[in-house]
Amino acid sequence: MKIGVLMKQVPDTETKIRIKDDASGIVVDGIKWVMNPYDEYAVEEALRIKEKKAGSTVTIISMGPKRSVETIRTGLAMGADSGILIDDPALEGADCYATAKALAKVMEPENFDLILCGKQAIDDDSAQVPQMVAEFLGMPQAMVIDKLVVSDDGKKATCYRRIEGGAKEVLEVDLPAIVAAEKGLNEPRYASLPGIMKAKSKPFKEINLGALGLKAEEVGAKGAKLKVKKYFLPAEKAPGKIIPGEPEDAARALVKMLREEAKVV
Amino acid sequence: MAEKQVKIAKGGSFLLEPTGSYRVFTPDDFTEEQKMFSKTASDFLEKEIIPILEKIEHKQPGLVPSLLKKAGELGLLMIDIPKKYDGLGESKATSMLVSEKMARIGSWAVSAGAHTGIGTLPIVYFGNPEQKKRYLPRLATGEILSCYCLTETGSGSDALSLKTKAVLSPDGKHYILNGGKQFITNAGFADLFIVYAKVDGDKFSAFIVEKAGTEGIQIGAEEKKLGLKGSSTCSITFENVKVPKENLLGEIGKGHKIAFNILNIGRFKLGAGAMGPCKVMLAEAIKYGKVRVQFGKPIIDFGMLRRKVADMAIKIYAGESMAYRIAGMMDAGLKSVDEDDVVKQMEIIEEYAIEDSIIKVYGTEVINYVADESLQMFGGYGFTEEYPIERPYRDCRVDRIFEGTNEINRLLIPGTILRRASKGQLPLFEFIARINSELEEKSKSRISKTSGPLAWAVRACELSKRVALYASNLAVQKYALAIQDEQEVMETMANMIIDTYAMDSACARTLQLIEDRGKTKTRVQMDIANVLCQESYDRINLLARNIITAVAGDEAKKHFKNLEKLGTKGRIDSIKIKKEIAAHFVEADGYNLSAS
Ligand SMILES: Cc1cc2nc3c(=O)[nH]c(=O)nc-3n(C[C@H](O)[C@H](O)[C@H](O)COP(=O)(O)OP(=O)(O)OC[C@H]3O[C@@H](n4cnc5c(N)ncnc54)[C@H](O)[C@@H]3O)c2cc1C
Ligand SMILES: Cc1cc2nc3c(=O)[nH]c(=O)nc-3n(C[C@H](O)[C@H](O)[C@H](O)COP(=O)(O)OP(=O)(O)OC[C@H]3O[C@@H](n4cnc5c(N)ncnc54)[C@H](O)[C@@H]3O)c2cc1C
Repeated sequence: MKIGVLMKQVPDTETKIRIKDDASGIVVDGIKWVMNPYDEYAVEEALRIKEKKAGSTVTIISMGPKRSVETIRTGLAMGADSGILIDDPALEGADCYATAKALAKVMEPENFDLILCGKQAIDDDSAQVPQMVAEFLGMPQAMVIDKLVVSDDGKKATCYRRIEGGAKEVLEVDLPAIVAAEKGLNEPRYASLPGIMKAKSKPFKEINLGALGLKAEEVGAKGAKLKVKKYFLPAEKAPGKIIPGEPEDAARALVKMLREEAKVV
Repeated sequence: MAEKQVKIAKGGSFLLEPTGSYRVFTPDDFTEEQKMFSKTASDFLEKEIIPILEKIEHKQPGLVPSLLKKAGELGLLMIDIPKKYDGLGESKATSMLVSEKMARIGSWAVSAGAHTGIGTLPIVYFGNPEQKKRYLPRLATGEILSCYCLTETGSGSDALSLKTKAVLSPDGKHYILNGGKQFITNAGFADLFIVYAKVDGDKFSAFIVEKAGTEGIQIGAEEKKLGLKGSSTCSITFENVKVPKENLLGEIGKGHKIAFNILNIGRFKLGAGAMGPCKVMLAEAIKYGKVRVQFGKPIIDFGMLRRKVADMAIKIYAGESMAYRIAGMMDAGLKSVDEDDVVKQMEIIEEYAIEDSIIKVYGTEVINYVADESLQMFGGYGFTEEYPIERPYRDCRVDRIFEGTNEINRLLIPGTILRRASKGQLPLFEFIARINSELEEKSKSRISKTSGPLAWAVRACELSKRVALYASNLAVQKYALAIQDEQEVMETMANMIIDTYAMDSACARTLQLIEDRGKTKTRVQMDIANVLCQESYDRINLLARNIITAVAGDEAKKHFKNLEKLGTKGRIDSIKIKKEIAAHFVEADGYNLSAS
C-alpha cells in the first residue's frame, strides 16, 4: 500500500505562548517545535499498516516553514520512507482552505491508497484541513478515528469512533480515503537512535508553489477565505474552590453555591 | 554552526592561552540529529521510567534489567560502540547529551551508565577483535548487561592496592580468580563482569568474566543506601573462578591503564550528566516559588530566592560550558584518527585527564549545591517525599564519592599539570616566567589590555590565570616534589584551577554567541559571564593569598604587591546583575540556555 501522512509542526504543548506586541501572531523565538501529537498517531498507524503489508511505503507530507524539515525527519526516524515539504514565502497567511488546497495538489500525483492525519493540529485547533483535503481529492473521509482496520485486499477500511454516551460508530470506507486519528488509536513509538541516523539518508524533497503549479493568489494570504484579525491570550481563570467536609455536606454546600452564587441551578 | 571547526587544544592549556582565542564546542552547537537523540532519551525517561519510579526505587526484581533491554532496543545503550560492532559510533558530545537526559533519575542513570560506560568501554578500547565481536553487539542491544569490578573492601581510592588474585591453571587454559569486590553497580543482575585482579598477586590486570556457566561467583546482598535506591549495589566474591585465558583484557600488568582511562571517561560523563538533573530541579523550584504564597506574595518575588535562582543558573551555565568543551575537543581529536587505532584514541582521551577531573569535581559539586538550594526553596515541603527534590537530593550525594572521590580528583588536577609541565608537555614554566617579567615592567598595561565585547570578564579571567599560577609557582618552588604531601596547598591550587576553567569556558562560549548572534540575543549569557568572572576572580585572589601566606614567609609582602598589580579595574554590581539573571530564568520557568 502507498500511504501518505499529513503532518504539521506545532509548538511543544508545554510552551509558554506569548503574543506579539501588535497582536498579529505569537512570538516564535525560543519555541520548541514538535510533531502535532495527533499526527504522531497517524504516523504510527501508517507504520503499523506498512509492517503488516509487505511492500508498503509511508510518505510524510507537511506544509510549513523550513524548520518543519526537523519534524518530518522525526517521522522518517520513526520509520517512514520519504518526506515532502511544501515551503514557500507566499504561503504566509494561508488559512485551512488554502492549506488543504496546496496539500491536495501535492498529493494528487502520488496516488496514495490511504491518507492518514491527525484529527486537528493543537496550535490552531481548527480541525478542518482533513475534511477539505478529502473534498479537493474527491475521497471518502473518516474523522476522529480511534481504531482502524484495513481489509486484507487493501480495498476497504473499517473505522471506529467514539460517539456520545460511550457508544461507537463504525464506518466502512472504500480506499483511497482519508482517515483522521484520535487519541487512543495506538501508542506511538519512539524514534530509535539507529532510526534517527538512517533518517538522514532517506529521500526528502522540498517543493515551492511554482513547482506545484499553484499561484500565490490561490493559496497564500490572498487565497485565504479567513483572516485572523487579532491574537490575544484567554483571560486568566480565577482559582478554583475546594469545598471541605464530608461528601454529603460538601454536596449540599456545592448545590447552595451553584444556586446562590453562580445562579446556574 | 555545529560545523565550525573546533580546535584540538592541549589538555591543561586553558591556563596558558588567551581566553576565547579558539573555537570550542558548546551546548549551543548541537546538531539536529543530536537533539533528536536527546529527545528520544527524554521521552523514554518520561514515559517508561518516571511512571514506575516507585517500583524501581523499591528494586522490584527484574524491572531494571528489563528496562535496560527496552532502552537497548531504542539504541540508547549503543552510542559509544563502534558501527563495526553494531553500535552507533557516535561522538562523545552525543553520549554526554544523552547521559544528561538519562541522569534525570539518578538510580536509572547509574544502572545504564555502569553498563554503557565502565561496563562496556573497557572492551571497546582494550578488547581484541575476537572479544569485541563476541561481546559488543550484545552489549549494544542490552541482551547482556555488564558491570565493573574494581573496588574492594581494602582498596577504594587506592585502587592499585587491590588483593583479588589471578593464577594461571596448571594446564595453561584458565586463570583462576580468588578475591572479593565491594559496591559493584549492577552486580545483582549483570551477565558480564569486568574484573580487575593481580596475576600472581602482583601484576595488575583486567579480565572479562561471563556469569553464565561459571562456578564460584557469589553475589552479596543489596546495600541499603542513602540514595540511588533503585540501582543494584552488591559485593561479589570470586572463589576459584575459572576464566578462559582468552578473556584476559589487554595485557598482563597493564590493567591500571584500562582502569584509569575508563575512569577518565566516566568522570566527564558524571560531571556533565549532573547538569541534567540540575536543570530539572531549578525548573521545579521556580515553578513552586510562583505558586507558593507567603507574606502576601509568591515567594519567588523575594530577593533571596531570586539570588538562589541566579546562582544556580550561573553554575549550570558554567558547568555545561566546561563539559561540552571537553567533549568537543575529544571528538575533534578522535575524528582525526583511524577507527581501529585504539592506541591513538586512548592518547586523545588521556590528553584531557585534567579537564575530566575538573568537570567531575565541578559538576558533582554543582548538583549538590543545586539540590540543596532548590530544596530550600520548597521550605518544609522540600524535605518530604511528596515533593520533587527529596529524591535527587539523596541521589546526588554519592556523585562526590564514586568515579574517584573529589579529594582524589583534586589531587590529580595540579598533580597532572605539574607532571606534564616537568616533562615539557605543557609550557607552564615558560608562561610563569612571562608573568614574572610582565610584573617586573612597571606599567601593568600589557596584562590589562583587553578590548571588545565582554572585555571586563575576559580580563578578569586573564588576570585570574596569572594570580593562580603566580601563587602556585611559589608553592612549587618551596616544596618541589614534596608538594604532593602538602594536600591543603594542592587542594587550594586545584580550586583555583577549577575556577579558572569555569571562567575561561563560560567566556569562550559567550564570546562565540556574541559573534554568532550578536549582543542583544546574548544579554543573559553576558551577565552570567560577568558575575561568574568577578566572583571567581575574588575567590582566586583569596586562595592565592592563603598560599602566599603559607609559603612565602617574610617575602609575603612583596608578593601581595604583585597581586595588586594583577588587580581588576572597577567592579560590577553583582547584586543588580543577579536580579536581572534571575528575572530571565523565572520568566522562562527554568534553565533555557542550551539548545537541547
Ligand atoms: C553507590 C555506589 C556505587 C559504586 N559502584 C561501583 C562500581 O560499579 N564499581 C566499582 O569498582 N566501584 C564502585 N563503587 C565504589 C567507589 O568507586 C568507591 O566507593 C570510591 O572509589 C571510594 O572508595 P572507598 O569507598 O573505599 O573510600 P576511601 O577510599 O576509604 O575514602 C574515604 C575518604 O578518604 C579520602 N581519601 C582516600 N584517600 C585519600 C588520599 N590519598 N588523600 C586524601 N583523601 C583521601 C576519600 O576522598 C574519602 O573522603 C561504588 C560506590 C558506591 C557508593
Ligand atoms: C520535619 C518537619 C517538622 C516540623 N515540625 C513542626 C512542628 O512541630 N510544629 C510546627 O508548627 N511546624 C513544624 N514544621 C513546619 C516548619 O516550621 C515549616 O516548614 C517552616 O516554618 C517553613 O515553612 P514552609 O515549609 O511553609 O516554607 P515557606 O514559608 O513556604 O518557605 C519556602 C521558601 O521561601 C522562603 N521564604 C518565605 N518567606 C520569605 C520571605 N519573606 N523572604 C525570603 N524568603 C522567604 C523560605 O525561606 C523558604 O526557602 C515542621 C517541618 C518539617 C519539615
